Amino acid sequence: MGAIILEQVSKRYYLHRQRQLLAKRALESLRWRARRHEELWALRDLTFTIQPGERVAIVGRNGAGKSTLLSIVAGVTAPTSGTVKRTGRISALLELGSGFHPDLTGRENAILNAGLLGLTGPEIRRKFDSIVAFSELDRFIDEPLRTYSSGMGARLGFSVAIHVEPEILVLDEVLSVGDAAFQLKCRQRIDEMVASGVTLLVVAHDASIETICERALWLDKGAMRLDGEATEVLQAYRDATVPPVPEPVPTV
Amino acid sequence: MTSSSPDSLLILRSLISKDFKVRYRNMSLGIFWSLVNPLVMMGVLTFCFTRILKNDQPYFPLFVLMGLLPFNFFTLAWASGANSVIENTALVKKVPFRRELLPISVVLANALHYVIQLVLLLLGVCFTVGVSTSWAWLPLVLLLQIVFVCGMALLFSALDVYFRDTRYIIESTNLVMFWLVPIFYSFENVAPQYAWIYELNPIAAVILLTRTILLDGVSPNPATLGKLAAVSVGALLVGGVVFRRIERNFTDYL
Repeated sequence: MGAIILEQVSKRYYLHRQRQLLAKRALESLRWRARRHEELWALRDLTFTIQPGERVAIVGRNGAGKSTLLSIVAGVTAPTSGTVKRTGRISALLELGSGFHPDLTGRENAILNAGLLGLTGPEIRRKFDSIVAFSELDRFIDEPLRTYSSGMGARLGFSVAIHVEPEILVLDEVLSVGDAAFQLKCRQRIDEMVASGVTLLVVAHDASIETICERALWLDKGAMRLDGEATEVLQAYRDATVPPVPEPVPTV
Repeated sequence: MTSSSPDSLLILRSLISKDFKVRYRNMSLGIFWSLVNPLVMMGVLTFCFTRILKNDQPYFPLFVLMGLLPFNFFTLAWASGANSVIENTALVKKVPFRRELLPISVVLANALHYVIQLVLLLLGVCFTVGVSTSWAWLPLVLLLQIVFVCGMALLFSALDVYFRDTRYIIESTNLVMFWLVPIFYSFENVAPQYAWIYELNPIAAVILLTRTILLDGVSPNPATLGKLAAVSVGALLVGGVVFRRIERNFTDYL
């Protein structure tokens, strides 16, 4: 349960693919040789297996393909080639509060969001009080979301998300939510999930990621640069990307 | 497409009630708006076609309503259903769930309004024309129309991702349709050489069937009903298949 297997996964995007006139595009597709678009390979030939219960961090610079990889693992985007296999219930937090609508109340949004994240009706009813309690929104849960501060919305989104109890948890830099106290709570909750054996795949720049993850993947321009023990990969990544601290320039 | 199986029925219900609530949340008249609009149109058309242009159609206001309601449901549900995928870009890009639920939930939310309007219409018919056993056919016609609109919404919501022109095609089509569907005139007045325009149009068929059932109080013509059923199921199949085919690349275009 809770395994992720990628085999030779590649993802291609086209650049400069403007929305053309219908007629023009139809003509183009009739031409025996279609015009070449500039390609961008966001992921190149990735093959790896994540075992159940493994906790894996993905690092890499902006544009390295981290988010593309997560959305392919989550099943939101289809790979151009290659195969993705998942076993077990997956919860992908690529964004908090997806589908939240400002005119709906916190309660209504939480129920819709919980359904989208994979909770069933009875599960939602059973866990709803706990979702509200964790979000610390009890007095405001029946107010429309537009009256919430952005922190309150994010807290609600996170609270729903951590009640999914998945076998695979996919996180995209959504951990920095709310104030310090709330972040600590989130962190504790993730530690609990890890302790209960969840498979974790997370994109993070946060240094504390080493304490959660045992393995790290370093993506570089869509390709796998390094796959190994978390502290080693992160060290190598930092050595390669963080510029040396410049000598302080003496001021006169 | 994922190994987890989100509760599609629950999501559908939530999306429908979201559509419903969002539409009327901040309005004091609330749901009554969905009744006011067709009634106003009915009044205007009745004025034009009984006071200005003479017309001997009995029960003209009800006659018009039987054209307006199916037409309104079709145009609103088709247009907003076709927009539903693009409108929920954030959701489609971030959450794995059956995307078919987006257009279908919009169509069903509109169908709910339609049913409320039909109840009002039935009350009107009840007190003027009278009740008839032929009413039993109405749910079937309603169901076939919903199936047809679901198919159209699936097809066009998927196409809309690739060709944003789709919404203008829909708008123009709906504008033309108002005149080419027998809303304020009877199909009997259409010269035989133009009849095919109407026979090919499922919405015209729905209007004809509704009038046969409610106004004439007789069972619908099996041929018309059969054609409508065939077209509806066909539309749903085509819409469903096309949606499935191109859904996997939605996120690349949104």
